[in-house]
Amino acid sequence: MELLVAGIGTVGAEKIMETVLKKAQLTGVDIDFVMATGYGRRNFDPAHGELSELSCHAKGVLFKNPQVRTIIDIGGQDAKVLRINDKGVMENFMMNDKCAAGTGRFLDVMANILQMPINELEKRAELAEKPAKISSTCTVFAESEVISQLATGETVENVIAGICNSVASRVAGLAKRVGIKEEVFMSGGVAQNGGVRQALEKELKVPIKWSEASQMMGALGAAISAYEQVKKRGVLNE
Amino acid sequence: MSNEVKKKSPPDPNSAKFKLGKIATDAYVDAQAAKDRGEMVGWCSSNFPVEIPETLGLAVCYPENQAAGIAARGGGERLCNISEDDGYSNDICAYARINLAYAKIKDTPEQNMPEPDFLLCCNNICNCMIKWYENLAKDLNIPMIIIDIPFNPDYEVSDAQVAYVKAQFMEAIKQLEELTGKKWTEEKFKEVMEYSGRTSRAWLAATSEAKHTPSPFNGFDLLNHMAVMVTARGKKEAAEAMEVLHKEYLENVETGNSTFRAEEKHRIMFEGIACWPYLRATSTGLKSRGINMVTTIYADAFGFIYDDFDGMVKAYCNVPNAMNLEHARDKRVKLIKDNHVEGLLVHTNRSCKLWSGFMAEMSRQISEECDIPHVAFDGDQADPRNFSEAQYETRVQGLTEIMESKKGGC
Repeated sequence: MELLVAGIGTVGAEKIMETVLKKAQLTGVDIDFVMATGYGRRNFDPAHGELSELSCHAKGVLFKNPQVRTIIDIGGQDAKVLRINDKGVMENFMMNDKCAAGTGRFLDVMANILQMPINELEKRAELAEKPAKISSTCTVFAESEVISQLATGETVENVIAGICNSVASRVAGLAKRVGIKEEVFMSGGVAQNGGVRQALEKELKVPIKWSEASQMMGALGAAISAYEQVKKRGVLNE
Repeated sequence: MSNEVKKKSPPDPNSAKFKLGKIATDAYVDAQAAKDRGEMVGWCSSNFPVEIPETLGLAVCYPENQAAGIAARGGGERLCNISEDDGYSNDICAYARINLAYAKIKDTPEQNMPEPDFLLCCNNICNCMIKWYENLAKDLNIPMIIIDIPFNPDYEVSDAQVAYVKAQFMEAIKQLEELTGKKWTEEKFKEVMEYSGRTSRAWLAATSEAKHTPSPFNGFDLLNHMAVMVTARGKKEAAEAMEVLHKEYLENVETGNSTFRAEEKHRIMFEGIACWPYLRATSTGLKSRGINMVTTIYADAFGFIYDDFDGMVKAYCNVPNAMNLEHARDKRVKLIKDNHVEGLLVHTNRSCKLWSGFMAEMSRQISEECDIPHVAFDGDQADPRNFSEAQYETRVQGLTEIMESKKGGC
């Protein structure tokens, strides 16, 4: 699996499809079913079906980890906590409210202020001695909080750890409302950030599983769902 | 090539939709006519006992209704901005911001209403109402009559609360008599009480027909018809129109018809005031997935059933935003069970702190007791800046997928 950053909206999705087909040496006619997911899924014309990223993340994670009962998905635009029942089916979920705090975008903004790539945040957070307190729930206010903490002499590492704790604290609130049931798995891009993962484990007092492919779980779920649709029809392309 | 234009068939004047629409429109026309005749007219909060101005023969307008109409017709942001420019916080109720702006500019293309000579305020719906009306009273230099119905932390309404509120009803009647020269008569009150009871019974009976599968109506109809329940439930025409509405729904049950023009695959309860600036988006998001919103506590809230003056006082103490969480939860659980609801969609309405505030815990309890999923989306009853259609779509689709999987699909 490979992550392609190809813009937003349906243009990005079209480019990705083109790249995937080329790499797999396939053409459109070889594909029986295209399942679209994520924001803009309803506008992607080549799709035969669409499924919310909620169901896709659940399918993807459970395919790899059937014993998971709580999924925390922190993506770019939103954060979600899914509760899975004993049959392995999503039975409820909770999403962040309109604010960007607690989402990947929050980390993007912070990495930008600190002038470092986002994947640097984890390493630098590990070096923190005493995480700073970033208490604002508004991304813009948090941005000014970070700037003022740095201006008053707080170390970059402590500030980064504080940023990770701030995301974890927002998402932990959602998770507690849904109700934590082990095992807990983290999907979405932010799963790669050990600082946020560890802060979440501390907040929720449960171990949190993740994988290098956490960011792909939604895509994997969509692919599984497309496969199920084709199987249901009973006509698989040879 | 044919130049034929598909003509919309004229509305049937005998239909409930036509009659209810006319009553809602006439309320503004009648109030303006009263003003033009030199009579005093008032502005009135939605859960103020409508029986009082009705019995006294006073024309009143409802700022909350006007604000909803303005927001639904696209004027919400424009008026909110006027209030915000005057220093009102973006955090306060958008109905308040729209109305305070209207009180200043006095003219909108969306919906006008006559300038008030007095204000009738009741805080059983929210406490923001008090400061909103106090500011109106100060800006317009007119009297404000307030009935204080505090939030009831107990499950039942006590005799002490009834006594406290009843004294205020009596005082409000006395103040209005002195102010307007109109007289309260027991005969007229009995007549109003009878019509209010008839209207409420027919309304509750009509909404309860959602117990049938498929439901004979689209729940979004209720949001429109409710304007009459808020403003005119003490009028003869309202009672008659609501009885026609119930009759139509019964006929739909008989014939298998429905005003929900799609296959009813799922049935949900909608919680909160409608997201008026995005009524089409929120309604289409449901309808396109075969989801019918069959019930809402908001509709139930305006059915007032009582037999005498004390009963009326008690009914106004028992409105949804004034009752405790357990009582409010049980009322919703009953609606969910009676109407075979499969999911709960909660509008986290940024305007309504009280209602949205208690919904997080109440949704959890309802979901647990009824074994249904619940999903919340951010929005606002009148300020369009607090809603994202893509976020709404994702939440509704997630809800749909859970409901489908519970039925063994997906």
